[in-house]
Amino acid sequence: MNVHNDCRERYHKLYEKNIEKIKAKSSPYVNACREPAFEKFMQLGIPTTKNENYRYTDLSHFFNYDYKNYFLPGREDFLKAEQFRCNVPDLDTHGIILLNGFYPTLTDKLRELPGGIMVGSLNEAAKTFGDKIAQHYNRFINGDSDGLVHLNTAMAFDGIFVYVPSGVKLQKPVQVVNLVDSDNDIFNQHRNLIIVEKNADLTLIICDHTLSPQKFLTNAVTEVYVGEDSHFDIIRVQNEHNNAAKITHTFIHQEKNSTASSNNITLHGGLVRNSTHHFLGGEGAECSAYGLYLSDKFQHIDNYINVNHAFPNCRSNQLFKGVLDDMAKGVFNGRIYVMKDAQGTVAYQKNNSILLTDDAVMDTKPQLEIYADDVKCSHGATIGQLDEDALFYLQSRGIDRREAQLMLMFAFAHEVIQNINVEALRERMDSLVMQRLRGELSRCANCMVKCG
Amino acid sequence: MLIISNLKAAINEKNILKGVSLEVKAGEIHAIMGPNGSGKSTLAAVIAGRDLARITEGTVTFMGKNLLEMTPEERARQGLFLGFQYPIEIPGVSMMNFMKTAVNEQRKYKGLDPLSASDFLKIMREKKELVGIDSKLTNRSVNEGFSGGEKKKNEIFQMAMLEPKLAILDETDSGLDIDALRIVANGVNKLKTPDSSVIVITHYQRLLDFIIPDVVHVLYDGRIVRTAGKELALELEDKGYDWIRKEIETSGLS
Amino acid sequence: MENDQDKIINNVTSGEYKYGFHSDIEIDSIPKGLNEDVIRNISLRKEEPEWLLEYRLEAFRHWQTMTIPQWANLKIPDIDFQDIIYYAAPKKKQGGSQHANSIDPELKKTFEKLGIPLEEQNHLAGVAVDAVMDSVSVKTTFKEILAEEGIIFSSFSDAVKEYPDLVRRYLGTVVPHTDNFFAALNSAVFSDGSFCYIPKGVRCPMELSTYFRINAANTGQFERTLLIADEESYVSYLEGCTAPMRDENQLHAAIVEIIVENNAEVKYSTVQNWYPGDKEGKGGIFNFVTKRGLCRGENSKISWTQVETGSSITWKYPSCILKGDNSTGEFYSVAVTNNYQQADTGTKMIHIGRNTKSTIVSKGISAGHAQNSYRGLVRVLKKASGSRNFSQCDSLLLGDKCGAHTFPYIEVDNQTSIVEHEATTSKIGEDQIFYCNQRGISTEDAIGLIVNGYAREILNKLPMEFAVEAQKLLQISLEGSVG
Repeated sequence: MNVHNDCRERYHKLYEKNIEKIKAKSSPYVNACREPAFEKFMQLGIPTTKNENYRYTDLSHFFNYDYKNYFLPGREDFLKAEQFRCNVPDLDTHGIILLNGFYPTLTDKLRELPGGIMVGSLNEAAKTFGDKIAQHYNRFINGDSDGLVHLNTAMAFDGIFVYVPSGVKLQKPVQVVNLVDSDNDIFNQHRNLIIVEKNADLTLIICDHTLSPQKFLTNAVTEVYVGEDSHFDIIRVQNEHNNAAKITHTFIHQEKNSTASSNNITLHGGLVRNSTHHFLGGEGAECSAYGLYLSDKFQHIDNYINVNHAFPNCRSNQLFKGVLDDMAKGVFNGRIYVMKDAQGTVAYQKNNSILLTDDAVMDTKPQLEIYADDVKCSHGATIGQLDEDALFYLQSRGIDRREAQLMLMFAFAHEVIQNINVEALRERMDSLVMQRLRGELSRCANCMVKCG
Repeated sequence: MLIISNLKAAINEKNILKGVSLEVKAGEIHAIMGPNGSGKSTLAAVIAGRDLARITEGTVTFMGKNLLEMTPEERARQGLFLGFQYPIEIPGVSMMNFMKTAVNEQRKYKGLDPLSASDFLKIMREKKELVGIDSKLTNRSVNEGFSGGEKKKNEIFQMAMLEPKLAILDETDSGLDIDALRIVANGVNKLKTPDSSVIVITHYQRLLDFIIPDVVHVLYDGRIVRTAGKELALELEDKGYDWIRKEIETSGLS
Repeated sequence: MENDQDKIINNVTSGEYKYGFHSDIEIDSIPKGLNEDVIRNISLRKEEPEWLLEYRLEAFRHWQTMTIPQWANLKIPDIDFQDIIYYAAPKKKQGGSQHANSIDPELKKTFEKLGIPLEEQNHLAGVAVDAVMDSVSVKTTFKEILAEEGIIFSSFSDAVKEYPDLVRRYLGTVVPHTDNFFAALNSAVFSDGSFCYIPKGVRCPMELSTYFRINAANTGQFERTLLIADEESYVSYLEGCTAPMRDENQLHAAIVEIIVENNAEVKYSTVQNWYPGDKEGKGGIFNFVTKRGLCRGENSKISWTQVETGSSITWKYPSCILKGDNSTGEFYSVAVTNNYQQADTGTKMIHIGRNTKSTIVSKGISAGHAQNSYRGLVRVLKKASGSRNFSQCDSLLLGDKCGAHTFPYIEVDNQTSIVEHEATTSKIGEDQIFYCNQRGISTEDAIGLIVNGYAREILNKLPMEFAVEAQKLLQISLEGSVG
C-alpha cells in the first residue's frame, strides 16, 4: 500500500512541476481536460496487480523510478529525427516521425494530403482544428479502472493527428515511426487522435522503436473515431529493447456499418502492455483484433483486449497467438462484453500460446460477459507445444527436426501476420518473424527494421 | 535393401509386433495384407521412425545401415518414404515451402547445391503432371482442406519429388474411389524404377490389380503368418481373413 | 409468435419451490449476534475440547480483519452479521437422548416430507444418511453396518467426541481458517456436519449422504464436512439441501474438506436446492461455500459433480489440489439460475504433481433476470510436467433479460503441459425447437427436452437416485421461463 502511495506522490510532484509549462503551449480545450483527469488519476493511481486488469503485470519496476523527464523537445531532437529512414522494401506510405512523443519538425507541423486529409502534430491541430478536437478529443477513452489513461490525458503534450474527411479513401497507409532515443532515461506520454469521417478509409501503421539503450517508459493513448460505413486498420509493430516499457491504450470507436481491425505485432520489448478497446457503437459494425507476441529472456508481454458490443448485429473476432522462450512471460486478457440489447451478436475469441521452456509462463484470461440472449459467442484458449504428428510428418520427408519446429512455429505465427493487408509490410513481418524465431534478432539495441 | 528380423514392438506395454521378419530386395514390390489391428500401420510407423511404439527386440537394416538408430529425417534422406494412411494437415505451411525444404535437405545430405527457384518450379511442374495432381493444391497449406483423395494424391506427388529408394504406402487405397485409385496406382507404377522398391500395405486386393506385387505377406496378430506370390492376395479376396485365422488356430501358431 | 414463446418461457420458469414448508419444531437457540462469547457458548453446548474452542477463536479473530470478497460477478446486499442466529437446534425431548431411536416425530415427518426417511428399513437401499437440521445432526443411519467395514460415518459433533485425534489431524488442513472471509466465519461458528473416514483398502459398500435442512428463521447454517479416503479406498458421497420459503435472506456458509491418499478415489455429488427466493427476487438463501479436495496420494482422484438450482446467491468453487503424481481432478457442473437468482460458480484445478489431469465441464443455464457466471482457475506449476487440462464451459440463455458470463483464469508455468479451454454462449436453438414442434412436441416440452439434453453429460455423472431427482429439479427450476 505504501509503495502505491509513494508512486502516486511521485506523479503528483511531476504534475505540479511541469503542468504550467505544458499548458502554456497547448490548446485551451486540451488543457481543460487535464485537471479532472489528474484528479481521477490521483483516485486510481498506477495500476497494481490488485487491479483485475493488471493481475499478471507488475508495473512498479518502471513506475517507481526517476526518469529525467522533459516535456518539450530540444533542437538536437529534431536533428536526430531528420536522419531517420525506414527501409522496409516497397513499403510506400505517408511517413511521419514521432520522437520521444513529439512531432519533431519546426515547420510544416501539419501536412495536407490529396482529398483534404490532414496529417501531423496533435498539438498543432488542436490549435487550428478546434472544432474537430472538441468533437472527438477525450471522448472515446474508458479509464474506469486504469489510472494510466488519465495520467496521459493530464500530461500528454503532443502526438499524431490524422483526419480523413467524408468519402475519402486513402490508398497509401499512413506510417508513424515512433522513436525513443535519448542519452537519458526518459518517460514519455503522447497522445494520438485519428478521425475517419463517414464512408472513408484509412490504414495506419505504427512502428515502435528504441534507438538507444537507456531505460525508457512510454505511456501512449490513441483515440480513433471510425465514422459510418468507414474502414480503418491499425497495425502496430513493436520492436524495443529489453530495458524499455511500452504501455499503449488504443480506443477505437466505431459507428454504424463500419469495419475496423487492430493488429499488435510484438517482436521485442522488455515490458509491453497493449490494451485495445473496440467499441461497436452502431448497428452492423464489425471488428477484428489480432495480436502476435514472440518473446524470450525476461520479457513480459501483456495484451488486454476489450470488445464491447453495444448495438445489435455487430460481429467481432479476436485472435492472439504467441511463442514464449527462456523465462519470458505472456499475458492475454481478452473480454467480449455484450450489452443488454445487442441482439444478433456474433463474437469469437481465440488465444493460443506455445511454451518452449519450463521457465516460460503464460497466463490467460479469456472472458465472456453477455447480457443479451440472441448471441453466438465462443472463446478458446490453448497453451501447449508443437504438434508431434506434424513434426513427424515433416521429419519423414527428410526435414531436420529443428527446421521442422521452426516451420511449424512460423506457420503458427503466420496465422496472425496474414491479416496484415499491406503486402510489403506483411512480407517484411514474415521475414522478421522468421529471423526472430531463429534467434537472429535477439540483440536489439539497434532497431530491428534496420532503419536509420 | 530392407531387412527386418524378429522385430518386436509394444505400445503402452501391449505387444503389437511379435517378431516380424521380412526382406525386400532392390526392384521388388511387396504387399503386406492383414485384418484390422494386425499391426500393419505400426510396422510402417516403426520403419519410418515414429516413436509411438517402443521396440523391444529385433533389427532393421536399410541399405546395410542400422535404421533404428536414425532419426526420422535421416531415414528419409537415406531414401525411405512413408505414404501416410492419414496425411497430416499443417495449417500455415505452404506445400511449396514444405517440398522445397524437403528436397533441398536431401540434396544437402547428398552434397549437392540447393535447387534454384526456377529449377525447383520446373521439377514441381513435371511431377505434378506425372501424378496428375491439381496445381491449385500445391499452392495451399500442406493437406489443409484437401479431400481424402487429394491427400493421397499429394502423398504420391511428394514421393515423386523425393524419388525414394523404398516407398512404404500405408493403406494408400483407403477412402479412394476407383478412378482416384487408378490415378494413384498409375503414379506409383510410373515412379517405379528397376532399382527402387515398394511396400504396399493394404486391406484389400483391389489396389493390387493395379500395382502388381512380386511377394504378398499376410500379417496377423503381430506376425507374418504367410508369404507367397501375388495369387495369395486373390485367395484372400476369395476366402477372407477368417480362413487364415482358422488355419492358424488349428495349427496352434497363435 | 415471439409473445407466445415469451409466455411459454415464463410458464416454464415460474415453477413453485416444492420444499418451502416450515416445520413447527421447538427450537433451542442462542440470541442473535456474533462475538467471542457466542463462540464460547456454541463450543460449550457442543461439549467441545479446548483445542477446538481455540481453533474457533483464532478463526474469529482473523475473520474480524477481513472484508467480504467483492471480486465475484454478484450483487451481494449488505449482510448484517450481528443480525443472525449462529446456533439453533431442535429441542431435545425431556429425558430422551437426541441420537437414540426416539426422534421427535415432527422431525421425522419433516424429513419424510423431504423424501429422506430416517428409519433404516424404509430407506433407499444402499444409501446411508446423516440428516442435519439447522445447527445439529439429528440422525445418522447405517452407522453400525458401516462400522463393520471400519468406516467412520458420523455427525461432526460426534466425531469430535469419539475420534478427536483424527478430526484434529485433518481439520483445516485443506481449507485453512485464513482461506477466505466465509471460510474464516465458518471456522469460527460451524455447528455440525458430517465426518467420514474410509480406511485403507475399503470400498465403501453404500452411498454416503448428508442432507441439510434449514428450518429455523433468522438462522445461519454453517456446516462442516470432513472426508478422508485412506490408501486404495473408494467412496461416493452425496449432499442435498433445502430450506423453507421466507421473505428474508438466510446465510449458509459451509466448508467441505476432502483428503485422498494413494490410489484412492472420492466422488462427491451435490444437488443444491436451497430456497431461491420468489419471482421478484425476495428472500432466498445466500450460499457461500468453500469446497476443496486434496489429492495427496499418487493416482488419487476427486470428482466433483454439482447440480445447482437453488439459492438466491451462489458463490462456490469446488476445487482440487492435485499434489500426488498422476492424480486426477474432475468438475462437472450444471448451474441453473432463474428469476433474480445469481450464481458465480466454477472450480480451481491446481496441478502440482507430475502427469496430473483435470477435466472441467460446466453448463450454465440462465433464465428470467438471472445472472450466471462460470469462474475457474487452472494453474499448472513448474514441476507439474506432462499435465493435462481440458475445460468446456457452455452457457445457454433463455430470454433476453438474463446474463451468462465466463471468467476462466489459466496460468501455465510448465512447458510439457497442455491446457485447453473452450466456451460457448448461445440462445436456445430456435431450429431445435422448431424441429421438435414439427414432430408434434410443444415448445414447453421441447425446451425441457433440450435443456435436459444439454445437461445430460453432467446428470449422467450423478448416482442413479440423484440423477432422476436432479432431472426433475431442472425442469421445475425452469418452469415458466421459456422462449
